[in-house]
Amino acid sequence: MTATIARTLDEACAALADRPHAVVLAGGTDLMVEANRGGRDMEDVVVVDRIPELRGWAQHGGSLRIGACTTCAEIGDGELASLVPALAQAARTVGSPQIRNAATIGGNLGTASPAGDTLPVLAALDAEVEVRSASASRMLPLHDFVIGPKATALEPGELIAAVHLPVTDGPQEFLKVGVRNAMVISVASLALVVDRPGRNVRIALGSVGPVPIRAVEAEVLAAERIDWSGNGILDSEVVERVCELVADAARPIDDHRGTIAYRRHAVDVLARRSLRRALASEEERNGL
Amino acid sequence: MSGVDAIVDVEVGRVGMDAPASRIGDDAPRPDGVPKVTGDFAFSSDLWHDRMLWGGTLRSPHPSAVIRHLDVGPALALAGVYAALTHEDVPGSSTYGLERADQPVLADGVVRYEGEPVAIVAADHPATARRALDAIVVEYEPIEALVNSELAEASEPIHPDGNVFRRIHLRHGDQTVVGRSDLVSVEGIYEVGMQDQAFLGPESGMAVPDGDGGVDLHVATQWLHADRDQVAACLGLPSDRVRLSLAGVGGAFGAREDLSLHVHLCLLALRTGRPVKMSYSREESFHGHVHRHPARMWYRHYANSVGDLVRVEAHLLFDGGAYASTSSAVLANATCFSTGPYRVPSAEVEGVAVRTNNPPCGAMRGFGAVQTCFAHEAQMDLLADALGMDPVALRRRNALATGDVLITGQRVTGSLPVVEVLDACAGHPSAAVRPEEPMARPGGAGRTADADHVVRGEAVALGFKNLMFSEGFDDSSEARCEIRDGVVTITSACAEVGQGFVTLVRQIVGEVLGTSEVVLEPASTVGIGSAGSTSASRQTWMSGGAVQLACEAARSDLLTRIAGDYEVPADDLSLVDGQVTGLPDGYSPSLTEATGEPVVASVVHRHAPTVPLDSDGQGDAHVSFAVSAHRAIVDVDPDLGLVRVVELTTAQDVGRILNPRQAVGQLEGGAAQGVGLAVMEEVQVEGGRIRNASFTDYLIPTALDMPPVEIAALVEQPEPGAPFGAKGIGESPTISSTPAVVGAIRSATGLALPRVPVRPEDIALADRDPVKSSPEVAA
Repeated sequence: MTATIARTLDEACAALADRPHAVVLAGGTDLMVEANRGGRDMEDVVVVDRIPELRGWAQHGGSLRIGACTTCAEIGDGELASLVPALAQAARTVGSPQIRNAATIGGNLGTASPAGDTLPVLAALDAEVEVRSASASRMLPLHDFVIGPKATALEPGELIAAVHLPVTDGPQEFLKVGVRNAMVISVASLALVVDRPGRNVRIALGSVGPVPIRAVEAEVLAAERIDWSGNGILDSEVVERVCELVADAARPIDDHRGTIAYRRHAVDVLARRSLRRALASEEERNGL
Repeated sequence: MSGVDAIVDVEVGRVGMDAPASRIGDDAPRPDGVPKVTGDFAFSSDLWHDRMLWGGTLRSPHPSAVIRHLDVGPALALAGVYAALTHEDVPGSSTYGLERADQPVLADGVVRYEGEPVAIVAADHPATARRALDAIVVEYEPIEALVNSELAEASEPIHPDGNVFRRIHLRHGDQTVVGRSDLVSVEGIYEVGMQDQAFLGPESGMAVPDGDGGVDLHVATQWLHADRDQVAACLGLPSDRVRLSLAGVGGAFGAREDLSLHVHLCLLALRTGRPVKMSYSREESFHGHVHRHPARMWYRHYANSVGDLVRVEAHLLFDGGAYASTSSAVLANATCFSTGPYRVPSAEVEGVAVRTNNPPCGAMRGFGAVQTCFAHEAQMDLLADALGMDPVALRRRNALATGDVLITGQRVTGSLPVVEVLDACAGHPSAAVRPEEPMARPGGAGRTADADHVVRGEAVALGFKNLMFSEGFDDSSEARCEIRDGVVTITSACAEVGQGFVTLVRQIVGEVLGTSEVVLEPASTVGIGSAGSTSASRQTWMSGGAVQLACEAARSDLLTRIAGDYEVPADDLSLVDGQVTGLPDGYSPSLTEATGEPVVASVVHRHAPTVPLDSDGQGDAHVSFAVSAHRAIVDVDPDLGLVRVVELTTAQDVGRILNPRQAVGQLEGGAAQGVGLAVMEEVQVEGGRIRNASFTDYLIPTALDMPPVEIAALVEQPEPGAPFGAKGIGESPTISSTPAVVGAIRSATGLALPRVPVRPEDIALADRDPVKSSPEVAA
């Protein structure tokens, strides 16, 4: 077994070129659990958590670049949290404080779990993943990057350098259902992004399919029926239909964390609640 | 070769020498408290020896299979592998067990549960051991697993001992009383899922061969001597050739009553001549110890129109899994306490514990009373509803008290403040407010609920259980007190598993001998008799009592000796604050001066004898009883089925408080396990296989799930016969907390919720037009 502690992105890429099937280790919050369970052979490891270029974030106009080794704790707080509140909220639901201090957004992408908490938000924001190798750099839209449960489009020798996403003007929500009130794998989650200038609505679901699912029909209907030029709200009859479409978009499975019926029901409820928080009239928002 | 000196010194018992003398009733701090928080405490998984090998266990992937072929040769062929053993290598008894020896040390031709040990290896590194396990060739022929406990009795035996561990048919009082027409009855079927003890320190230990055919085993356990006897029998050695020492225990809760890796470690150490260490992974730990019995329970309660209980009928089916463990005793408790702390003049309760191919079940905090309490408290609420009575008033009206007779025919002679506990808890003012912070609502960090999605409910429950071992068991604890040069050395084999015996010893010595100069010897089987098990809420009474009696005997011997030296009556002398007083001329030697020549006293302490239950489940089978009350206030998000326990208030019958801080710790920790069973904790078993053998998926409450525990009252009515009047307090908090939480969820949602843990779908996908319940109400 070899372990390469890379200090620069070039060093990491070179190490991966050398050992294309090496495992990339950042926060280790997924990888070490797997390793301890004996479920993953790690002949070679490239450690990337000490690479300055992979940490932190920057804003370029309407776009954000978040380095792959930015931690969930960093995303969940401060200025970044105000720019992408749904991502911040998702990051705050990951694990415990100790885990959030170590876990990275690149790791959440790399693991590509159907229950990955930040993934529905990234899907709703049409995020793009910046992938590097020793010889090239490429950008992959999220839906091309996460290709199955715990499967990504990363080629041997590639690593995740950053994720790019837009700063939108409008409400954002992220809601997550778990059996415990904290530190829990999600049973169902939903991200809602309302882009007022763009007059569109994005809804993405987590833990109810092999990959994050965009509820496209629901998005289209909501965008059509929002009174964009007036009060900006969505009528409650339309909300009913949008929620039905959201539930229809889910492709859940039965497992030890939840049933198909409950998961479908839960995203329906989450859709209703997120739409109310984001798009309801003053009167309807009274219960908030 | 002893090797023992190279092992990390696990100082569970050493007590500080310079602190002021602690007394009974003080908030004495735990001597191991700071080391445990800072990480300095050596747990059993920290055991180390420079020459040690690492052990590993090959486990069955099938819940039920015949082993057609087993070959450890390929494992032995690997470099770095020193031993690979099967059932053929067990020199003594091939089976072991606490109640009956029905569980193979290593599977012999057949496996009866997923995770059953089949072979063991010792290697130079844990990774080598894993490769060795992978190299072992096993051909299994899976056979259909018996996983439905309701079919167990009628099915072909899956073990030579049959599929029924025990049946108790309890009949008490007039069996014809239900012919009367003026009775109200309520009926329900209740189910409790399989809970895990979820201790943090997985099974681990180290065996060190003594070079002379014997072995020293360092292990985290609850009962050293019972382990030793079982291990020695399996090794075919006399028990003095097998010496057990307590390694640092990372929680127990019943899961360390049975053997796990004990015999395996010794077999490997004796075969290789090297120290061997094993430490289970978390996943392996879920397969490596017993769990709380899942139960299905049918109940019918009858009361007259003013709310006096007339009769209770129940059928209890406990799934013991593949091997006996403590199923018989668990079932006895479940049956004897099936009706709760209430006067029930007529009862018929049939309890059955059966064998299946599910994971073995045995001891867990509450030991049978947890399951039936969930059922009888739901029944009491149903009955109150049917009678149009306040549930607290119904409980008070039927509350047991000293002098009353239990459904076992036993008269309660000790303290039993049921009404006091109930009134203190139910009457305690609530401080619960509506949370402003979204994280404080059901759903917590997921921020799923807004304020108007939340409904609140409240309920009170009582729990009832015995203390000490029952049914005629000869239960004893030995302790020795030696005073030399003013230093008091206490020897006891009592296993400190977190309950606070190490603190209590200092307090008892301080109380009896007036000194803080105390050394508690590490617990072992060498040179001292059994202390019994750290379970059944018994160690404060049994080993605390033994230490008290030993200290008193040593004091008496000392004063008698001094009285003889000075030719004064011994009755004139006493020991006050570490000084001998009452001698002529005001001479008052210190304990240090007085014990240049040491005094030693040993005592074997026994509680009052009990008798077995007769064929009708009647008899004075129990020593003492304890009652607890919980009131839960919960917030529920009915649409998502998520729950937040907002407030938990408790009052408990404690006899006498010996250490308030430790008492509160027991009440808080026990309640957390009860909350866990109510809303999340379940070993999910499907087709005999555990689906969630990890702390990722076996969920236990976090700080966002567990509210602060409000102590309404610690009701102190000293128990006759108990040291200082103190009752054991460790189990009660786990018993009544679960039904209180579920009762509160019922009151918030109107749903029947007959099963724990309550799952989100049980609430969210329940019939949208729920009725409060559907009891069969006969007029």
